[in-house]
Amino acid sequence: MATATESAAGSVGLVGTTRVVLFDEASPLVLDSGATVAPVEVAYETYGKLDARGANAVFICHALTGDAHAAGHHGDPTHRGWWDNLIGPGKPLDTESYFVVCANLLGGCQGTTGPSSPDPVTGRPYGLRFPLFTVSDLVRVHRALARHLGIERLLAAIGGSLGGMQALQWAIDAPEELATAIPVCASARLSAQNIAFSAVAREAIMRDPDFADGDYYDTGRRPDVGLSVARMMAHITYLSERGMGEKFGRRIQGGDEPRFGLEVDFQVESYLQYQGESFLKRFDANSYLYLSRVMDYFDPFPDPGEAARRLADVHTRFLVLSFDTDWRFDTAHSREIVRTLIANDVPVTFREIASPHGHDSFLLAVPEYHRTIAAFLRRAYRDATGR
Amino acid sequence: MRPDLDVVAGLVPPGSRVLDLGCGDGTLLEHLMRDRGCAGMGVEIRADDVLGCIERGVPVIESDIDEGLADFGDGTFDLVVLSQTLQATRHPLEVLREVMRVGREGIVSIPNFGHWRLRADLVFRGRMPSSPALPHAWYDTPNIHLATIADLERLFARERIAVRRRVLLSLDGRPLRGPGAAWANLIAAGAAYALARS
Repeated sequence: MATATESAAGSVGLVGTTRVVLFDEASPLVLDSGATVAPVEVAYETYGKLDARGANAVFICHALTGDAHAAGHHGDPTHRGWWDNLIGPGKPLDTESYFVVCANLLGGCQGTTGPSSPDPVTGRPYGLRFPLFTVSDLVRVHRALARHLGIERLLAAIGGSLGGMQALQWAIDAPEELATAIPVCASARLSAQNIAFSAVAREAIMRDPDFADGDYYDTGRRPDVGLSVARMMAHITYLSERGMGEKFGRRIQGGDEPRFGLEVDFQVESYLQYQGESFLKRFDANSYLYLSRVMDYFDPFPDPGEAARRLADVHTRFLVLSFDTDWRFDTAHSREIVRTLIANDVPVTFREIASPHGHDSFLLAVPEYHRTIAAFLRRAYRDATGR
Repeated sequence: MRPDLDVVAGLVPPGSRVLDLGCGDGTLLEHLMRDRGCAGMGVEIRADDVLGCIERGVPVIESDIDEGLADFGDGTFDLVVLSQTLQATRHPLEVLREVMRVGREGIVSIPNFGHWRLRADLVFRGRMPSSPALPHAWYDTPNIHLATIADLERLFARERIAVRRRVLLSLDGRPLRGPGAAWANLIAAGAAYALARS
């Protein structure tokens, strides 16, 4: 069995982000709500080559704060895409075999149309006038991109967290387009606690005096305090208590002795502050509101009857993965998805992977996790291509 | 495929929806899916075997069957297979009840601790019995709840589980021809049962 390790495997190297308008005034994007958006421009990257039969495409669905730049680099080889440890020659998403696509989500702020894009009616950024959308709407845009790229049927849709929700939704909405779906540490229904964390993050943003009801773009100020606090708090939920303990313990930043003050003193405080501040450079507060909200409302299996109806024609094969120290979407969330799939005769493989890194584990090169994805995809590829 | 798995496969009606508990690397399920038109799913706890299932394209849940089968609703499967696994569980009775809850029918096979060679080991050599079917030393065996055919059949009766068919197994796991029912517990190295709720 081939085991992908970072040292032994290669990189996709220098890559670029492409932009394409997938919906325009003549054929706007119609959302689940009935609202329309046009134009919709999508930023995406691809790695590897689509084979002649178009049977080797893997679509990466990113999570809340991801972007299209999943692998390789944009000129500085030390700054790699967010899932570079998974994608590349000899890696689990082996670009020698697979054609890998990653697109920035609808509502995002890194090249794809979202609240910070100009509203064609006013010429000014949408702000909170951008319509609310669903996970199904995110998938609708992905599907348009897949069609644009000449992909009729994906080998796999894969994603962690919100990305996993998209993979699941894709299988429900268009099972014929998806040979396999790989939701990692995802959820089919947020708990009250999950929603509560997101609610506090949104409150932090919306109560920031510089939020200006979402119309901060031309004020020269932005709700930076709110957005960084939201990020700091969310970041805590992505790590595990054990992982944080191992990484920071109670160590003091820049010294051995505590300073006994209210300013940043512990290393963990300094780390969180850095996370919050660096987030401001790459993320828009309104996008954060919309993309966190889309998770709260996600509920593809509201009751057993509805689940049965939605899964009746689903033959997509699932690989559902969770991590034992994840408490953001713990294993119970994944198991609930698994149970619903089993009850409706959908083929599913499930593993809970041991990792100390909590929810963030899906972004890390956990060997057993990568081995599992590699084996599952290799098999799917063999079934799809006979190779 | 192992001869005893051949026997189990022979008890599975083509086209069944099958759950294999302790499915190992998925050999049996792969055969049932590919050659007998079955829809299969396995439960396995050993990581290497789980990966083996994945490589064979066999859906598998990595789980400890001793923790129960909460992922599976009542009567979800036509058939639940428990092949040479019951004796390795911590709670055989609970596992057996779960088999008959989740499956409309069951197939259970065990090594027979009443086999004459095993009896002889204990009686004449004064040693913990071992055989090709039970090769482990007493201190590292996964087989912690060994039973004889007679024991298991008494349990089936007590649990109101009907035996539809019984196939006695030889030392090499093939069907055993010949012995009358009276000698089965002495001569068979194992047995596979097709079970139904009664």
